[in-house]
Amino acid sequence: MRITCPHCGARDVQEFTYLGDASPSRPDGLEATEAAMFDYVYQRENPAGRHRELWYHGAGCHAWLTVTRDTRTHAIEAVEPTKRPKAGTAA
Amino acid sequence: MSTKQPFRTADGGLIDRTQPQSFRFDGTRYEGFAGDTLASALLANGVRLVGRSFKYHRPRGILSAGPEEPNALVELRAGARREPNTRATVTELYHGLEARSQNRWPSLAFDVLSINSLLGPALTAGFYYKTFMWPASFWEKLYEPLIRRAAGLGRAAGHEDPDHYEKAFAFCDVLVIGGGPAGLAAALAAGRTGARVILCDEDFRLGGKLLAEKREIDARASSEWIADTLAELAGMPDVRIMARSTVYGVYDHGIYGVIERVNDHLPIPPAHQPRQRSWRINAKRAVLAAGAIERPIVFAGNDTPGVMLAGAVRAYVNRHGVLPGREAVIFTSGDDGWATARDLAAAGARIAAIVDPRPQIDAGLTALASRIGARVLTGGVVSAASGGRALRQVTIRDASGREQTIACDLLAVSNGWNPTLHLTSHQNTRPVWDEAIHAFVPGQMPAGLSVAGSAAGRFSLAQALEDGARLGSQAAADCGFAPTVDAQPPKTDPEGVALAPVWRVKDGKGRSFRGKAFVDFQNDVTDKDVELAAREGFKPVEHLKRYTTLGMATDQGKTSNIAGLAIMAEQTGKTIPETGTTIFRPPYTPVAIGALAGHHRGQDFRPIRLTPTHQWSKDQGAVFVEAGLWLRAQYYPRPGENDWLVTVNREVLAVRNGVGLCDVSTLGKIDIQGADAAGFLERVYINGWKALPVGKARYGLMLREDGFVMDDGTTSRLAETHFVMTTTTANAAKVMQHLEFCHQVLWPDLDVRMVSVSEQWAQAAIAGPKAREVLRGVVDAQHDISNEAFPYLAAREITVGGGIPARLFRISFSGELAYELAVPADHGDAMMRALMAAGEPHGITPYGTEALGVMRIEKGHVAGNELNGQTTARDLGLGKMMSSKKDFIGRLMAGRDALVETGRPSFVGFKPVDPNQRLRAGAHFIGVGKPAVMEHDEGYMTSVAYSPNLKHWMGLGLLRNGASRIGERIRAVDPVRNGDIEVEICNPVFVDPEGARLHV
Repeated sequence: MRITCPHCGARDVQEFTYLGDASPSRPDGLEATEAAMFDYVYQRENPAGRHRELWYHGAGCHAWLTVTRDTRTHAIEAVEPTKRPKAGTAA
Repeated sequence: MSTKQPFRTADGGLIDRTQPQSFRFDGTRYEGFAGDTLASALLANGVRLVGRSFKYHRPRGILSAGPEEPNALVELRAGARREPNTRATVTELYHGLEARSQNRWPSLAFDVLSINSLLGPALTAGFYYKTFMWPASFWEKLYEPLIRRAAGLGRAAGHEDPDHYEKAFAFCDVLVIGGGPAGLAAALAAGRTGARVILCDEDFRLGGKLLAEKREIDARASSEWIADTLAELAGMPDVRIMARSTVYGVYDHGIYGVIERVNDHLPIPPAHQPRQRSWRINAKRAVLAAGAIERPIVFAGNDTPGVMLAGAVRAYVNRHGVLPGREAVIFTSGDDGWATARDLAAAGARIAAIVDPRPQIDAGLTALASRIGARVLTGGVVSAASGGRALRQVTIRDASGREQTIACDLLAVSNGWNPTLHLTSHQNTRPVWDEAIHAFVPGQMPAGLSVAGSAAGRFSLAQALEDGARLGSQAAADCGFAPTVDAQPPKTDPEGVALAPVWRVKDGKGRSFRGKAFVDFQNDVTDKDVELAAREGFKPVEHLKRYTTLGMATDQGKTSNIAGLAIMAEQTGKTIPETGTTIFRPPYTPVAIGALAGHHRGQDFRPIRLTPTHQWSKDQGAVFVEAGLWLRAQYYPRPGENDWLVTVNREVLAVRNGVGLCDVSTLGKIDIQGADAAGFLERVYINGWKALPVGKARYGLMLREDGFVMDDGTTSRLAETHFVMTTTTANAAKVMQHLEFCHQVLWPDLDVRMVSVSEQWAQAAIAGPKAREVLRGVVDAQHDISNEAFPYLAAREITVGGGIPARLFRISFSGELAYELAVPADHGDAMMRALMAAGEPHGITPYGTEALGVMRIEKGHVAGNELNGQTTARDLGLGKMMSSKKDFIGRLMAGRDALVETGRPSFVGFKPVDPNQRLRAGAHFIGVGKPAVMEHDEGYMTSVAYSPNLKHWMGLGLLRNGASRIGERIRAVDPVRNGDIEVEICNPVFVDPEGARLHV
């Protein structure tokens, strides 16, 4: 596989580390419940098809990337930096 | 005709008769020529019998002239370079080649185990499952060794491979796979556009099937067209031609695995050169022009040496100048086999008969037969071949069912061709059946790959040239290269491709023969095995494969799958496409593990990292230990110290009583800056950071989100918005990745930046009561490092050695007055030498990781053995560090019922009741007087060391309810080393529990 890193260009998959589903969002703060955190830590969809997932470009720019990939074909639809500029600031 | 090579033709062929090459097969010396394969050289010498079959030990000869060869597998080379299961048909002959036949005992000609042939009924399909049912224990002791002895292929060398292998990467616009007519045309068309082209061919000579044929292109010999094409390609700077290179796999996103046999054609690779090179080629587009593989026919005795594929016979005659036989019968179900008759006759063989099952034959072919004096039997079949170790006769049944025998020493069989489409199904797509050509053709293709010529089922030379030119040009256009104005595709001489395949020949009454008729030569699978599988319900193609082993082993059914399917289809009343096909997986042909490993073996399996102070440690006589990728100084033996423990005890006592020096450069170091840096640390560590004053260090512990401990270390605040974090050596990269995840994914709005500086700083621990005096000798005078000005946990940027920037941390792993001094990595060596010089009056002693470990156990500090991914902060006695005033990674999950249960094993110390006894890490705790079984297991010892201060062994461990059991006795049971000793549970801090020494 090759992943086109938005910073580094098309690079071999060996430079990246896979984490998993990009959709769960961490229940932050002291108000968060154990049940919500449990879901965040353990519950994952495992779709056959389009999947948004997190990859880490550890042997490159160290960016965490959100990769949209078809799990059946490995076709990659989009690769975006996960960290977005703050709203209202220039990129 | 040479008497040395009795089956060599007088002239012709693409061999160099001026370069004789002598070789040995089974100890006998023979001679061949440069340009031969081992197979062609053996045939030139009249060697027909080259191996014994896998199960029945049947005599076997050479079937093919290519990579599909199922029979002619030999052990190539000798000693440590011995390679089993090497196909003689693709082994380039070299002077001094040594090969041996396989799976025979005591000799190839007389093989005791050929009696297996008579035991046939016991060895049929599924025999493993049926014959060796019980008792289960017999498998390991009796059945398996027996089967392994009786059935098998070649032997591995059994020694370390003395040769080198390399890995390499390449990038191109268009990769052309196969250097036959389609591939050459594709490379030419793509190359002419200016695209970067790589052409790979597995053969040592380019030309593919054309090398085996006498054909004309634009009214000239095809060899001239090949020469012109290669010359033009050679003149293109962006075209690379790789011969001896097999594309063995297609991977995602245009990555192709290629094995280049750089020096397999030499006895020993030249100095500093690899034997093979494993390429990973990244191609934007690829054209598959891998040709086709001819199909045998299943009939009794079809494995007799001397029964060969008709196309292979042409290759030996036309390319190698070898007559595989002098008295030939041709058995062909299509026009193609007739060309073999023509070429054999032209080379001087007698064609006894041409047997073609088709009732009507093209008049041109029958005219050819009369020209060469061959009998023609239309509507007939060859029903049997016999002769044992070499073919002597074939039985022919004519259209009316009458049988007759014809003496011959060669039977050339032609049953059409299967496209070599293996690579097209490597992405899990299935080939589809093409009724018009009676073969599977590529189905859905991997992205970026197109297929040309025979590999696409377009078998004529004209189609190959046309496809190649069109698809090569298209592939380049897809990469943005404008097509060149092309001349008309070259004209070729006419050829017939009509075909009516016959999958197997039964006896006159429609039954399979009593004699063995092979579907899969390499696995000894017969037509009866396929019938048996059908009768017993193993009808789906995947079941058929596993039950009979059809299509397995080194050739992966290249010549057998289709006949197996055809017979199964016949048994079940289905068509071949309804019966299905197996999907091919990489590799296309066997790949040596050594080539995939490249240089990554032995000591070079992983890279080695050396600290900036490595040379200094070496000069001090250090013994090094691997810590992850790092080499760290383990201990520094002095002359006369013959036991490592003597050395380590000396180093520990030197620190506790004087001063020691230890390299800690391998610790992970992460520079963290930004307005939200402190807030960021609050979220990743369990303890508080906002109140940490500038110029101070603090111990921190971080959890994974699931609540278990991830890592620990000290982090120092160098300025309001500037921290430097240290991690354990082992987790440096993991923590960096984690912090970046926390920042980029979880809290992108935090104003913080971080960078790993592990390699930018050399760091040393100076520990012991005299540490300050030593340090005074290297720290520049303006910096006050007195106890008052620079107290315990102070952390500041200073200068040393006259202005060199440095960082000084008053932190201690040993429990003594101690500092860690960091300087830019380039100064690391100088720092150690300066500290040694400054410490000389104080008896400074270098110490390694062993002494470091002893002292941390004496102090009850947790390390890797305790931070093992299964412990919580509470388990380690650090639960109180968890802040309740803030959210942090792992907070909620660490509070789960099971993780706060009081009965969980928790961190305590242990000392032997008998102080002379040695403790062992890994021992499990069992109550006194209880049997040592799992249900009485109460925890285990994580770390042990001998304390030269206490003069007995001490241990750290995790014990159920540990903290509340101080003073109790328990057993440490170590069945692996016959250990079972009584220990006392104690406070894990063995030395200076009040911590007074830290503050002096």
